[in-house]
Amino acid sequence: MSVRRLAKTQPDSFAFSKDSEAKVAFWMNKYPEERKASAVIPLLWIAQKQDGWVSEPAMREIAARCAMPYIRVYEVATFYTMFNLEPVGEHLIQVCGTTPCWLRGADGLKAVCEKRIGKKGRGNISADGKFSWEEVECLGACSNAPMVQISNQDGDFYYEDLTPEALEAMLDDLAAGKTVEHGPVTRRHASEPVKAKVPVLEDAALFDGSAAKAAPLPHSARPASKAKPASKARPKAADAKPAAKAKPAAKTPAAKKPAAKKPAVKKKDD
Amino acid sequence: MTENTRTIIIDGDEVTVPQDYNLLQAAEAAGREIPRFCYHERLSVAGNCRMCLVELVGAPKPVASCAFLVRDMRGGPNGEPPAMRTLSPLVKKAREGVMEFLLINHPLDCPICDQGGECDLQDQSLMYGRAGSRYAENKRAVEEKYMGPLIKTIMTRCIQCTRCVRFATEVAGVPELGAIGRGEDMEITTYLEQSMTSELSGNVIDLCPVGALTSRPYAFNARPWELNKTETIDVMDAQGANIRVDSRSGAVLRIMPRIHDEVNEEWISDKTRFVWDGLGRQRLDRPYARKDGRLTPIGWDEALDIAAKKLSGEAARIGAIAGDLNDVEGLKAAKDLFDALGVASIDARQDGARIGARDGSSPRQSYLFNSTIAGIDQADAILIVGANPRLEAPVLNARIRQRWLNSDCQIGVIGEAGDLTYPYEHLGAGADVLAGLPKKRSGFIKTLKDAQRPMIIVGMGALARPDGAQVLRAAGELAKVVGAVSANWNGFNVLHTAASRVGALDLGFLPGEGGRDTHAILDGAGKGEVDTVVLLGADEIDMERLGKAFVIYVGHHGDAGAQRADLILPSAAYTEKNGLYVNTEGRAQLALRAVFPKGEAKEDWAIFRALSARLNKTLPYDDLNALRAALIEENPVFGQIDHAPGAEGVADFDPSTLGEAGEVSDAPLRSPVTNFYMTNAVARASKTMAECSAMALAATRMQAAE
Repeated sequence: MSVRRLAKTQPDSFAFSKDSEAKVAFWMNKYPEERKASAVIPLLWIAQKQDGWVSEPAMREIAARCAMPYIRVYEVATFYTMFNLEPVGEHLIQVCGTTPCWLRGADGLKAVCEKRIGKKGRGNISADGKFSWEEVECLGACSNAPMVQISNQDGDFYYEDLTPEALEAMLDDLAAGKTVEHGPVTRRHASEPVKAKVPVLEDAALFDGSAAKAAPLPHSARPASKAKPASKARPKAADAKPAAKAKPAAKTPAAKKPAAKKPAVKKKDD
Repeated sequence: MTENTRTIIIDGDEVTVPQDYNLLQAAEAAGREIPRFCYHERLSVAGNCRMCLVELVGAPKPVASCAFLVRDMRGGPNGEPPAMRTLSPLVKKAREGVMEFLLINHPLDCPICDQGGECDLQDQSLMYGRAGSRYAENKRAVEEKYMGPLIKTIMTRCIQCTRCVRFATEVAGVPELGAIGRGEDMEITTYLEQSMTSELSGNVIDLCPVGALTSRPYAFNARPWELNKTETIDVMDAQGANIRVDSRSGAVLRIMPRIHDEVNEEWISDKTRFVWDGLGRQRLDRPYARKDGRLTPIGWDEALDIAAKKLSGEAARIGAIAGDLNDVEGLKAAKDLFDALGVASIDARQDGARIGARDGSSPRQSYLFNSTIAGIDQADAILIVGANPRLEAPVLNARIRQRWLNSDCQIGVIGEAGDLTYPYEHLGAGADVLAGLPKKRSGFIKTLKDAQRPMIIVGMGALARPDGAQVLRAAGELAKVVGAVSANWNGFNVLHTAASRVGALDLGFLPGEGGRDTHAILDGAGKGEVDTVVLLGADEIDMERLGKAFVIYVGHHGDAGAQRADLILPSAAYTEKNGLYVNTEGRAQLALRAVFPKGEAKEDWAIFRALSARLNKTLPYDDLNALRAALIEENPVFGQIDHAPGAEGVADFDPSTLGEAGEVSDAPLRSPVTNFYMTNAVARASKTMAECSAMALAATRMQAAE
């Protein structure tokens, strides 16, 4: 993070577009008249979504709407680093460089950005005006590392499980004006396991108590001898299990049934 | 222990303090010193410097004493009173830690810093800091910010206490300062580095605990320990702010406020603070006489001879007008001389205000700020008539703003609708609105009637006009109707703009029987009916109207009066003489000499004493003490130093009999102060004030263009 300054060149004026006005009205409605200033952050965000950045005339316009002194809006806009105080590319790419992403290859993504777009920095717009990029701290998608966030007119979306090649292809598509589907590029569902199936929840032993092991508590006052009854109990359970298993194989589906039911019951509880 | 107080233990000593004290105040009441940077008695509590940490017994960690109330303290488990420690090892360590963090990014440039020697950070790091530094890394550097011609910034030194931000927002009422960025990159600035548009901006220099905001005109001029400090009184407006004049070898180098809770708290206006460079420019340091159309230096002997010759003429053809900066002693000597000569045409109201009378027909309350300045803190409705307190008495205006901030006090204005830093109801522009107000049933009149302690403030803009006496009557009638004058409250107030005015009115420096007032003297001079006009520092009259009269100017600055003068008798400015000034409340205050008068200039009273000897009317006093004794004998109010009468004698005061009955015109009421920075000869001689004035004018023009 560094000192944030307003851009050297500023537009002469700012006006909310018709769409923005509707959003502004929505947010202004939320607050009573004497608490209008509460809408300052939503309004700054709306202005940024409209123009891609927050210009100085926009701050003045927002100050007037929120009945605040200019300096108060200026304070807010400079405090929050998500407000762009200078023009950015049509697509602002924020590459996560924090440990999990870094371990999973964020450096490769950064190299692609540097090659494709140019120098790191929100205000360093690529020659075609389409992109600018910066490195950010953890965006909280570590299970899909490495990832980037791309902010543009459509919104702010995560693009996850990236490889340098995938990112490059994505940039090509964006440059060509195509839409790129957000989420993991591998098209896995959210952060589900990469392997097709992990039979964790389908293991009946998890639900009938058979997998339970008595563990001695670390600071338990019971001496080791007392653990004996526990070990005695275990064979009992072990006895029961083979007994169940000894019964005709036809019973196995029956044993599975309660396991299959359980999640269903749970859902109802939810 | 009453309901509002609580007994607590501070370092083992039991003290009983009010519940709403914070721990810092409680510790001070117990005689402990708590270091602090961000906390200030007259500003809101921010609690961000952490220097005032104390140990609260039972609390898991040190607490910021400025932000913790005595009321919220918890007693011991067995019913012991709550306890705090300010001298414990934990507190010492906490202070050392905070100080070390503050110094991480503070430059070690004390030898070249103007705050050096009077710097809170310097003092406190000596008292509460560690001996050495463990920080070897680079310090941060911050770009300078522009804040106007008065405030010099070295923002690298800033420790982000935000006192200046809070002052600008709360007291000055111009929310232009702010803290941008965050964390290590936090910086104090004005919006886009515009200069501050407040008349009180200089106070941030005093508030700044470090050398980040310092005085630009005073930059690198002197060290605090080299200066002679004189506690005196300001004359830039009629509030009579208490000031300290710092001088070195005959030159005034700066002016700072003194704390006086009933007058200026601890603020002064920019004009008061920065006018000092005007005291060294355009000075009249020797007598001059006009010879062949040019002012030529002459000796005192010759000058007094010329003056005596002119004043020994027919008394009816002589007039005298006193200006705004005169001390009472000088006016007394002048008045005694004119009385002895039989000159009745003397007037201290150079603006023609229709207040006061020599025959005692107008009571003192008719021209005083009777509620007193401290009384503003109790007012619950204020009507301002024909005044712009922001320009006429900025510190008083800040007090009104404080009242508005802290209570439901309603404010109405008749006259110009300017920015007063607080919202108000604009009732109209003309005096007819005031006259019609008592007959109304709803609106602001109801607010005034419902108020327990209503205030009506009448400015010179309402009184210094042809129908001033009628406006005074209208205001008095309104005061009566709304019950502004009651057993222990006098809500009828006159806000003066001239520091010398109330003293002159108390003295009776007014036309005697058959005498002319200011306008009549000027008219007479224009028509040739008045041959000789003595101007006692009167520069704000229209010199064109003096016609062919012989003008004797007794004053200290080469301003309008001196330019027109045929004879100049140089006198002392307010920092150069011991004198009495009576402020708008009627509070007599003693000003002390900081430096000697320039060149051959003499104190005003001494000039008239010398002149009286030439005229064979020798005044019966040879020194200032004898003069003061005579003064106090004549009017005891001059002996009651620092006493504001307030509601005294309110039982005999009927505001509805003030002034004269009659129609008031509907011409808009205009404040006499249009250019705050240029109201008197000293200010007009000041370069700093000229710069401020140019900036203010440019800002007004920009606004007009928009």
